[in-house]
Amino acid sequence: MDVRSQISMVFHLDKCIGCHTCSIACKNIWTDRKGAEYMWWNNVETKPGTGYPGKWEDQDIYKGGWQKNGDGIELKGAGKPRSLTNIFHNPHMPVIDDYYEPFTYKYLDLIESPAGDDQPTARPISMITGEPMDIKMGPNWDDDLSGSPDYARNDPNLKNLSPAEQQAMFEMERLAFFYLPRICNHCLNPACIAACPSGAIYKRGEDGIVLINQDVCRGWRMCVTACPYKKTYYNWSTGKSEKCILCYPRIESGQAPACMHSCVGRIRYLGVMLYDADQIERVAAADEPDIVARQMDMILDPFDPDVIAAAKANGVADSTIDSAQKSPTYKFVKEWDLALPLHPEFRTLPMLFYVPPLLPVMASVTNVDNSEQAEKLNDISKYWPDNWLYDTSTRELFGTIDDARFPLEYMASLFSAGDTESVADRLKKLMAVRLHRRHVTVGDVDEDTVAAALSNTDLNGQLADDIYYLTSLAKFDDRFVIPPAHREQAIEMMEFTGDAKGSTGFGFKVGTAVRGA
Amino acid sequence: MNALNTFFFVAFPYVAVVTFVVGVLYRWRQKGFTVSSLSSQFLEGKYLFWGSVPFHVGILVVFFGHVTAFMFPRATLAWTSVPVRLVVLEVTAFVFGVTIFIGLTALMLRRFTNPRIRAVTSRADLVLELLLLAQVVLGLWIALGYRWGVSWFAAGLSPYLWSLLRLSPETGAIFALPWVIKLHVVGAFSILLIVPFTRLAHFMVSPLQYIIRPYQQVVWNWDRRTIRDPSSPWSTARPKPTDE
Ligand code: SF4
Ligand code: SF4
Repeated sequence: MDVRSQISMVFHLDKCIGCHTCSIACKNIWTDRKGAEYMWWNNVETKPGTGYPGKWEDQDIYKGGWQKNGDGIELKGAGKPRSLTNIFHNPHMPVIDDYYEPFTYKYLDLIESPAGDDQPTARPISMITGEPMDIKMGPNWDDDLSGSPDYARNDPNLKNLSPAEQQAMFEMERLAFFYLPRICNHCLNPACIAACPSGAIYKRGEDGIVLINQDVCRGWRMCVTACPYKKTYYNWSTGKSEKCILCYPRIESGQAPACMHSCVGRIRYLGVMLYDADQIERVAAADEPDIVARQMDMILDPFDPDVIAAAKANGVADSTIDSAQKSPTYKFVKEWDLALPLHPEFRTLPMLFYVPPLLPVMASVTNVDNSEQAEKLNDISKYWPDNWLYDTSTRELFGTIDDARFPLEYMASLFSAGDTESVADRLKKLMAVRLHRRHVTVGDVDEDTVAAALSNTDLNGQLADDIYYLTSLAKFDDRFVIPPAHREQAIEMMEFTGDAKGSTGFGFKVGTAVRGA
Repeated sequence: MNALNTFFFVAFPYVAVVTFVVGVLYRWRQKGFTVSSLSSQFLEGKYLFWGSVPFHVGILVVFFGHVTAFMFPRATLAWTSVPVRLVVLEVTAFVFGVTIFIGLTALMLRRFTNPRIRAVTSRADLVLELLLLAQVVLGLWIALGYRWGVSWFAAGLSPYLWSLLRLSPETGAIFALPWVIKLHVVGAFSILLIVPFTRLAHFMVSPLQYIIRPYQQVVWNWDRRTIRDPSSPWSTARPKPTDE
C-alpha cells in the first residue's frame, strides 16, 4: 500500500446557478494575459451542449485520454512513440477556432471619433491580430441552450440515446438543462503528464496538484491533445502550455482556490483524500463498467488504523491525515456515495467529483387534459395550446427517476461510463434526503414514505441530516478543509536554513563605515 | 582579400561557436522560459503540415549527412569510392535539399499571408528564415554546380573544420574554394551564431529522453521516506546551491 494524499474536489450540480462568477474569478487572477485570453481554466457549460472547446467529449475527434490496449492502457492520440513522430505537426491538435477567437471592442472609438452624422460604434477586434472581426464563437456560446440546434443537439453524450429519446429531450415542454462547471481534475493517472515529451508536467507528491513547469515546457503541445478534458491550453504568445494550478499559492497559505472561494451557489467543496497509489495502474486499466467502483475502492478510509500507519510511513503529515478525516469530499464521495467523476471512461482517474443534478431529472412531464383550464382563461390571456403537466411532485419517487426528463443514459454517459445504476443510486439518495427534509420542515410527506425512501437508500434520519447540512448550510470551513502545506519542512530539501540564520529580521541599507564619522 | 578570408574562415567560426555554446547553455540553464519551439499550429493547423513536415524531415537528413561527413571523413570517402553509392548519396541529399526548400517556402508563404501567423512573427524569425532559405538555395546550387560534394566535402572541408577544432586552422583548402561554397560555409557559421538568439534553440532540447522515462512523474517537495523517520536527521543532506 502506497498511501498518498490528494486534494480533491466535489461540485454539487444541483446548486450551480450558471453565473460564471467562478470563471471570472479565475480569469482575473490567472489568465488575463496575452496569449491566454482564450483560456478558461475554469469554465461553465450548459448540458446538453457541446461545451468548450466544441465537442471536447468526443474523443473520435480529439483523441484525448487513455484507451485499453490488451491488459494495459495506452494514450489515444499521443504517447511514445507517437508524440515524437507527430512532433512537427500534431494531427490531433485542436486549433484556436475550436475554442474561439478572443476579441475585444474598440471602445476608444466611441470617445475619440470625430464629430459626424453617424453614431460611432465600438467595433469588435481580434485580440490576436488586432484586426476587425466578426465574432463567431465565445467560450459559453451554448449558454442556457441558446442556439440549441447547433449546440445541444450535437452533445456527444446523446450518442447512446435512441432517436426517440433524443426527440423527447428536445420537445419544448420537456426541455431541461443544467450547468457543468469544469476545472482541471488533477487526475491520479494524468494523460497530460504522460504525453509531455519534455517531462515538464508533474504531479506534486504532497498534495497531488498537477502543474506545468514553464521553464521546461518547450511547446511540443502533446498535452493539449492528451488531456481528454481539454484542460491544458497552449499559450499562442509564449509558446508554452498552461493549465489550472488549483490556485496552489492560495492553497499553500490555507485559502480556498479563487473559483471555489467566489462560488455564488456554494457548490464547491475541497478536501484531502488518501488513496493507494499502488492501484493506479490496475484501476486505470479496469473494464469499463467497473472503473468507477474500482476508483472508489482506491480511496482509503482515513480512520482505519492500518491506513493511518501506512500514511505516516509514507511521509504524510499528521495534519494532512487530520484534514483527510474532516474532508467534505471524502464524505460526499466515499461515505455517502453521492458523487461521481466526470467521464471516468477516459481513464485518467479524475479527482474532481460531481453530485449529479436532481432537479431537472426528477421533474417529469405528463400528458393531461388541460381543456378545462384553457376555458377558464379570458380572451386577453393566451390560449393554452397543449396538454402537458410539469410535475415536480415528490410522491412518485422511484417511478419518476426512470421516466425523467433527462434520460438516465444521458447522465450515465457523463458520470459513470454508461452505468445507469450508479447514477440512479445517487439520485435516489438525493431524493430521499429531500423527502426527509420535506417531512421535517413542511410535513406534507407522510412518515412511511420517508422511512421507505431512506431505508431503500441505506440512509437514516441522522445521515440524511448530515447530508442536508453539508449541502445547504455548510460554512466556509466546512466546505474547504485545506491541509497545511508544511513549507517549513519542504524548504529544508532545497535550502540549508542554517545559512540564513542571522540574516533575517531588521537590516540596514548602509554599512556603519559609511554611516559613521 | 586575405584579411577578409582570415576573418570569415578563422575568426568568425570561433566567434560563432563560442557564442553558440555559451549562449545555448546560458539560455537553457538560466532562461528556460524562453526556450520553446514557438509552435504556431494552434493558430493555423492545416497548411502548416505541408511546410513543417518536409522542412523538418529534410533538414534532419541533410544536417546529419553533413555531420557524418564531417565526423568520419575517411569512412565517407571509402564508402563513396564505389561510384554507384556516390550517385545514390548525391541524389538522396539533393532530394532532401529540395524537400527543405519546398517546406521552407511553404512556411514563409504561410507566415506572410496568414494574419494570425504574422501576429506572432518577430524580427528574429524573419532573419532566421531568410538565412535558412539562403543557405538551402546555396546548398542546392552547390549540389548542382559542383558535383560529388560528398567526397570533396570529406576530402577538403572536413580537414579544415577539424583543424579549427584542433585550434590550428589550416586555411589553404578553404581559401581556394569557389565563392558559392565559401558563402555556404559562412552561412553555416552564421546560423550557428544566431541559434541562442532565436527560436532555433529548440533543436537543442529535442525531447529524446521521453523514450526512456516512465509515463507518470511525481515531484516531492520533501523526502517522504525520511521526513517522518525519527532516526534520520532533520535535514538529510546539505542541499546543493541552486543556480537561480
Ligand atoms: S484533467 Fe487533464 S490537465 Fe488536468 S490532470 Fe487530468 S489529464 Fe491533466
Ligand atoms: S460560481 Fe458557482 S454557482 Fe456560479 S457558475 Fe460557478 S460553480 Fe456555478
